[in-house]
Amino acid sequence: MLNISDILETITMIQEENLDIRTVTMGISLLDCGDTDIARSCEKIYEKICRKAGRLAETAEAISAKYGIPIINKRVAVTPVAMLCGISGGDPVRYAETLDRAAKSIGVNFIGGYSALVQKGFAPGDEALIRSIPEALATTDLVCSSVNVGSTKAGINMDAVKLMGRIVREAAERTKDRDCIGPAKLVCLCNAPEDNPFMAGAFHGPGEPDTVINVGVSGPGVVRSAIAKAGKDKNLNEIADVIKRTAFKITRMGQLVGSEASEALGVPFGIVDLSLAPTPAVGDSVAHILEEIGIETCGGCGTTAALAMLNDAVKKGGVMASSNVGGLSGAFIPVSEDAGMIAAAESGALKIEKLEAMTSVCSVGLDMIVLPGDTPAEVISALIADEAAIGMVNSKTTAVRVIPAIGKKAGERLEFGGLLGSGPVMEISRVSPKAMIERAGRIPAPMQALKN
Amino acid sequence: MRAIITVVGKDMVGILAGVSTVCAKESVNVLEVTQSILQEFFCMVMLVDLSGASVTVPELQKKIEEANPDMTIHVMHEDIFNSMHRI
Repeated sequence: MLNISDILETITMIQEENLDIRTVTMGISLLDCGDTDIARSCEKIYEKICRKAGRLAETAEAISAKYGIPIINKRVAVTPVAMLCGISGGDPVRYAETLDRAAKSIGVNFIGGYSALVQKGFAPGDEALIRSIPEALATTDLVCSSVNVGSTKAGINMDAVKLMGRIVREAAERTKDRDCIGPAKLVCLCNAPEDNPFMAGAFHGPGEPDTVINVGVSGPGVVRSAIAKAGKDKNLNEIADVIKRTAFKITRMGQLVGSEASEALGVPFGIVDLSLAPTPAVGDSVAHILEEIGIETCGGCGTTAALAMLNDAVKKGGVMASSNVGGLSGAFIPVSEDAGMIAAAESGALKIEKLEAMTSVCSVGLDMIVLPGDTPAEVISALIADEAAIGMVNSKTTAVRVIPAIGKKAGERLEFGGLLGSGPVMEISRVSPKAMIERAGRIPAPMQALKN
Repeated sequence: MRAIITVVGKDMVGILAGVSTVCAKESVNVLEVTQSILQEFFCMVMLVDLSGASVTVPELQKKIEEANPDMTIHVMHEDIFNSMHRI
């Protein structure tokens, strides 16, 4: 039989250290639902989502009960809706309403894919979809939206970046009576992965099969506790090994759940996304891992190096544990979703500039950051451009999900509730980038794009 | 299907009997038992077979908990441990 301490270790991970499967996400292609009549198109989408994912929630719950592992979210990601808008024309919000209705009827927590991929320019449907995002997010509950504005291969579409600054602000204004929840469901990406199971950036890329199951694992609490148990006398090489071993175990669980779900639903298993995704719950924080490594408060000097090591060790440990690794894979640093980040931001130790540096070595970008309500659209655009540039040059995914807190200023806070947490309003540079943003156009692809 | 039952708590008379009585009643076959004292706590691990059982894993956990209210009980599918600790 198994070693008694191994058994107890697994139980402690799940019971006390918040190890869980963050999400089982079903990707569904809607390419066969396109119709020149938008009403007919919506009808086909609703029918296909309900047919393919109708049993997703119940299957995930059955697996959760069978193995005794919590599965926190059940989600659906669909083909970027802008592609369907290109075929049908009409008001894109009708698609958002259809997705929302389908998600509610099958009982999933979020549905992603109200998206456009515009890294090189706008195709038919793209611009109409982007302009409709504020209304779509204000009138639906479960729909998540993403726009890919850049890539290493294509460069950065600054027309889209300019537009997105305004869209983010407008999304906040339209939901100001609900703590500006709109932009919390909207992310601007560079090098967006097509198989990401995490929201708000999940969509089902055009290169994906008809349907697929992707799994996102979590477990910052487990990693923090493993480092704590290793002791203060271990050097960083040994700490990296501890993280690797822990990441391996966490990922094995994701692989088990993913293959089980894929078999039960008769849908191919796509990838395990080996991400350390924090939640606002006590003991489920990535910031606390960095502090356990030895930074007094997350945001101090050394934070970027510690995060770089953490991110790399998570990948090294996880990659052998799963047959296919994909999505974002790494450590997430969303401010409002991480108790340690919230505390660090409130104490003034963690600033946006440091977060930007951190995004150059971790898996995502500036995530769930609350900005002062009077932040101009061009500053948000410029922030998106900076982040996209980091992604473009380093051939990695970067993202911006910021929430302008309409009517609030630094020191106040927004409460989103649930996994989205709550965040303090953070100061941002007031220096105007207006002239640069007004130039628009495109930042050409870097030399790194010429690999052939 | 096989599962692992763990029982942790203060050592006292009749823990093994208390847990195995529930197993017998629900037609759960006990395959292996290991027990030891870890950090002053009694700790028992049982490998059981549920293929002829009248209960599911969560139901079995609930019943054992009811019969042994002073102990911390977990019942989990064996595959979880195998996938995590064996390559």
